[in-house]
Amino acid sequence: MERVIAPLEFEEQLYKIEDKITELKTLSTESGMDLKEQIETLSKQALEFKQELYANLKPSQKLQIARHPMRPNFLEYTQLLSDDFIELHGDRAGFDDRAIIGGICTIQGKPVMLIGTQKGKNTKENLIYNFGMPQPEGYRKALRLMYHAERFNLPIVTLVDTPGAYPGIRAEETGQGIAIAVNLAEMAKLTVPIVTVITGEGCSGGALGLAVSNKVYMLEHSYYTVISPEGCASILYRSSDRAADAADALKITAKDLMGFNIVDGEIKEPLGGAHYNHELTAKNLSDTVIASLNELQKKSGETLKKERYEKFRQMGVVQEL
Amino acid sequence: MSIKDWFEDRRSKAATIAHQTIGDDDLSKLWSKCFNCNSSIPTKDLEKNLMVCTSCSYHFRINARTRINQFVDDGTFEEMFSNVTSGDPLNFVDTAPYLERQVSAKEKTGLNDAVITGVGNIEGEKTALAVMDFEYMGGSMGSVVGEKITRIIEVALEKKLPVIVITASGGARMQESALSLMQMAKTSCAVSRLNDEKLLYMTILTEPTFGGVTASFGTLGDIIIAEQGARIGFAGRRVIEQTIRQKLPADFQTAEYLMKYGQVDIVSARKDLKSTVGKILKMHKAR
Repeated sequence: MERVIAPLEFEEQLYKIEDKITELKTLSTESGMDLKEQIETLSKQALEFKQELYANLKPSQKLQIARHPMRPNFLEYTQLLSDDFIELHGDRAGFDDRAIIGGICTIQGKPVMLIGTQKGKNTKENLIYNFGMPQPEGYRKALRLMYHAERFNLPIVTLVDTPGAYPGIRAEETGQGIAIAVNLAEMAKLTVPIVTVITGEGCSGGALGLAVSNKVYMLEHSYYTVISPEGCASILYRSSDRAADAADALKITAKDLMGFNIVDGEIKEPLGGAHYNHELTAKNLSDTVIASLNELQKKSGETLKKERYEKFRQMGVVQEL
Repeated sequence: MSIKDWFEDRRSKAATIAHQTIGDDDLSKLWSKCFNCNSSIPTKDLEKNLMVCTSCSYHFRINARTRINQFVDDGTFEEMFSNVTSGDPLNFVDTAPYLERQVSAKEKTGLNDAVITGVGNIEGEKTALAVMDFEYMGGSMGSVVGEKITRIIEVALEKKLPVIVITASGGARMQESALSLMQMAKTSCAVSRLNDEKLLYMTILTEPTFGGVTASFGTLGDIIIAEQGARIGFAGRRVIEQTIRQKLPADFQTAEYLMKYGQVDIVSARKDLKSTVGKILKMHKAR
């Protein structure tokens, strides 16, 4: 049977049940037999199974959903969240990184500066967007747009979905580390509200470079980590086959990170993941972001700056001998 | 002797030499071998030369204590926050448990984590200092490194002191995952307060400085000095080679290479570091 969305490995059993239901339905129509009861029972079982499955995903399974190529990407979110997104290009120093895109738009009537990392849906697009891996110039463009937001009192919303900042020759020569570092320090100085949503992959400093924010949320099946589980496995376990173990050990899910006060909340995804219903995902995201901004905008700029500082100041777990 | 015999003879001699030990431990400690030019240097001379090779100027890695002894005016360093140490918030186990790795790092270095913080004088100028130690788990930054760097910056904010951080780190510590990642934000936020207060913040990047340290407090210096020959970067050489599938230039990511591309202010030999920093501190005093 042809499917619009190819099943992930751990979803196969679920698809078998759903295929059975379709089979029964076809049989019922073709033969005129009354199979309504069986179909209903089976459908109910399928739904329960499905809810159970997605509520208890292992980190390595969430990883697969977070990286699903049909998950909404940043440019799709700009269209789903607003109908007036105006992209603002370039770092004003010779480069317009395509892995970080930003612009102004109104979300639920509220004008915001919307910035995010952009991934492609296929190889052709990914060559344009560099697989969502920004160059230093992308971080500098983002910072330029944040300064603009600061000047015109626009709240900043960032959507993060990146496997990390790009590791390349030119990226090193033009200061990948410095570009990220400067964003971290400069975001700390802003007096407008900043809200971040990790929408897919939140990998390493490349993600953090857009996420020194008053509030950080994660979509249900996104992940946030210091290093990709594959990278961690190949360094610490000396085998990239141990990526699933590394994914467990690194504590990368929204629930884990809420426990460490690194993440402020989890945004529900449609059953099966964001790629099954872009509109619903965007609505949940939009509602959370706007509610959060409404709260933050009640506070003074200095309070927002101070609270952002305090939020990151308390992160970490140390002991005193 | 036939050619064949000659080769055989030569091979067996080479094998014997390879298995010989060069004297006992005490004797071998008297001499050090340069990793770069392979020459043998009396360890005493090497130490007198600040652990810089006397024949090729290769800068050996030095630990944090040695660095402080070389860099800070004698008897002026007061260590702070040495009691801060890490737990194991993630219960992290890879090929060895994180707690075990910490125990052996502590034994090896005599430190409680990968940075020493305190206040001391450089050429008579009182300065808040953080010096990283690569021997402690590769100088990796977890909660403790982030916390101590932040605390020493807070000391500087309170006492209106300039801050100097000397880095040596492979990057963020994986065993604390996102908690380590957040130390990048925490330390950078602290540096932003130094900027707000117009307090001088200088970083000295030494061999090696990579990853999360390069992408946070390491490169936020108002003035960035890189020690001669040090390798400094965001991504590691191997990762870049695997990504772009081409060989990199031999001097890629060296201090000198980075200066050529405008990424650091000064490349300094170890012997000049202290006097250069002293001059900079004095010039920034008048405000």
